[in-house]
Amino acid sequence: METTTNGTKNSATVPLKTEELVVEIRGLKKAFSGYEVLKNINLDLKRGENLVVLGKSGQGKSVTIKCIVGLLKKDDGSVKVFNEEVADLNDEQLKQLRTKIGFLFQNSALYDSMTVRENLEFPLTRVLKLQEQTEITSRVEEVLEGVGLLDAIDKMPSDLSGGMRKRIGLARTLIMKPEIMLYDEPTTGLDPITSREISELILEMQKKYKTSSIIITHDMPCAKITSDRVMVMNNGEYVAEGTYEELERSDNELVRSFFN
Amino acid sequence: MAEQALPAWKRTFEEAGSQILFLGNFFKNIFKSGFEWSEFVRQCYEIGYKSLTLVGLTGFIMGLVLTLQSRPTLADFGAESWLPGMVSLSIVREIGPVITAIICAGRVASSIGAELGSMNVTEQIDAMEVSGANPMQYLVVTRVLATTLMIPILTFISDAIALFGGYLAVNIDGKVSFYLYFTKAISVLGFSDIFPATIKTIFFGLTIGFIGCYKGINSNKGTESVGLAANSAVVTSSLWIFVIDAIAVQLTNLLAYH
Repeated sequence: METTTNGTKNSATVPLKTEELVVEIRGLKKAFSGYEVLKNINLDLKRGENLVVLGKSGQGKSVTIKCIVGLLKKDDGSVKVFNEEVADLNDEQLKQLRTKIGFLFQNSALYDSMTVRENLEFPLTRVLKLQEQTEITSRVEEVLEGVGLLDAIDKMPSDLSGGMRKRIGLARTLIMKPEIMLYDEPTTGLDPITSREISELILEMQKKYKTSSIIITHDMPCAKITSDRVMVMNNGEYVAEGTYEELERSDNELVRSFFN
Repeated sequence: MAEQALPAWKRTFEEAGSQILFLGNFFKNIFKSGFEWSEFVRQCYEIGYKSLTLVGLTGFIMGLVLTLQSRPTLADFGAESWLPGMVSLSIVREIGPVITAIICAGRVASSIGAELGSMNVTEQIDAMEVSGANPMQYLVVTRVLATTLMIPILTFISDAIALFGGYLAVNIDGKVSFYLYFTKAISVLGFSDIFPATIKTIFFGLTIGFIGCYKGINSNKGTESVGLAANSAVVTSSLWIFVIDAIAVQLTNLLAYH
C-alpha cells in the first residue's frame, strides 16, 4: 500500500481483502462537454464504515456518488456496488439496487407538493409496495421520531427550516432501510449548531441502521464527527487518504489547507 | 457556413431522437403495473376543472363575437337564417378545438413545463429515481393522460358555451327562441363534423401534455431554465397544434369528401 510522507495513502490503494467492500470504484472517468471532471477515481467503501470525501467545489465529488447510484453514466472505468457493475444492470436490476442505497441531496430534494407524511410514504407505497396503512404509518412515525421531527408530520416542506428539511430528507432515505448512504454536502447552508446536530444525527443513524456511508462535505467539523476515513480529491483524482487525525498532520499543502 | 450549420442540424436530429425515445418510454410506462390513479385524478382536476372558467369565458366571447361579426354580411345576402348553422359549424369543426387547445397550451403546458422544470432543478426527479420509484409513471404518464382526456371534454364544454354566446348575440337585435336557434345550430352538424374534431382534440391534448412534460423533465439545472422550459412548452405545443390541425383538416377532407 502506497503512502504519503506522513502516513496518508495514495489514491491507488489496494483494498484490504479481509474486509467486505460494498462500493468498489476503479479508474472512473467522466467528462461533460469535453471537460474531464473525473480523471482516475479509485475508491473503496467497506461495510459499516463512514468515508468522508473532501475537495474544492467543482472537483467532481457529487459526480462520483451520482455514478455510484446510476444517475450519471461513467465514460470509463468500473463502478461496482455489492459486487455488481452498475453500468451492466438493466432497469429492473438498477431499481432493485437503488432500494439498498439512500441518497441525501444537497438541498434535501423533498417533494414540495406533498406533506412530510406523503414524502415519507412515497417510497414505501411506490417502491416497497406496502398496502397496510397501519404498517406504513408506524414506519413513518418511527423514522420521524428518530430524526426528532414527529411534530412536523403534516407540514409542507415550504414550512420547514433548512435543518428540518435535511432531517426529513434523511428520514425519507432511512425509511427504506438502506445498506449504503450517500450524503451530498449534508450540512451546506446550515448554521454551525444545526450543522453539528445533523453531523451527530448522521453518526447516530449510521449506528442505528448499520449503514455504510460516503459523505461529501466541505464542513470540517462534520468530517471530524462523522468520518472513519477521509479522502481528499483534487483535479478529478484522489490525492490523499487516511483518518481525520492523519490528514490533519499531512505535509501536503492542499490537504492541510482544508484543516486550517 | 456549412460547418456552422452542421451542429444545428445535429442538435435538431438529437432533439427529435430524444423526443421519440421519450414518447416511446411514455407508451411503455402506460401499460406497466401500478398506475397512479390518485395522481391521475388530481391532474384531471388541476388541468380540467381549473381551466373551466378560462375556457368557458373564451368560448362564450368566441361565439358572441363570431355571431356579431357574421350577421351583417349574412343579412346583406338575406341569409340570416343560416347564422346558427354557420356559427355552429365554424365552432365545432375548427374554432372551438383550436382556440381551446391554444388556451390550454398557454395555461397547462406552461404549468407542467415549469413544475417539472422546477422539480428537475431542485433534484426532486433525481430523488424519485434514486429511491427506486418511477418518475415517468408518476409524473409523465398521469399528466399526459390527463391532458389527453381533459382537452376533448373542455372543447365540448367550450363549444356548448360558444353556441350559447351566439344565441345571446342573435337576440341582441332580434328575437329567436332558444329551441329554434339550437335546432338550427345542431341540425347542420353531422358525424363527419363532430368525429374528426373530437379526434383532433385528443391529439391536441396528447401534444400539450407530452411537450409540457418533455420540456420540463429535460430542462437544464438552473433557475433560468425553469422559465425557458415553460416558455418553450407553450411555443412548441402551440406550433404543433396548428400543424396537427392542418393535417387533420386535410385528412378529414380526403376521407369525408372523396
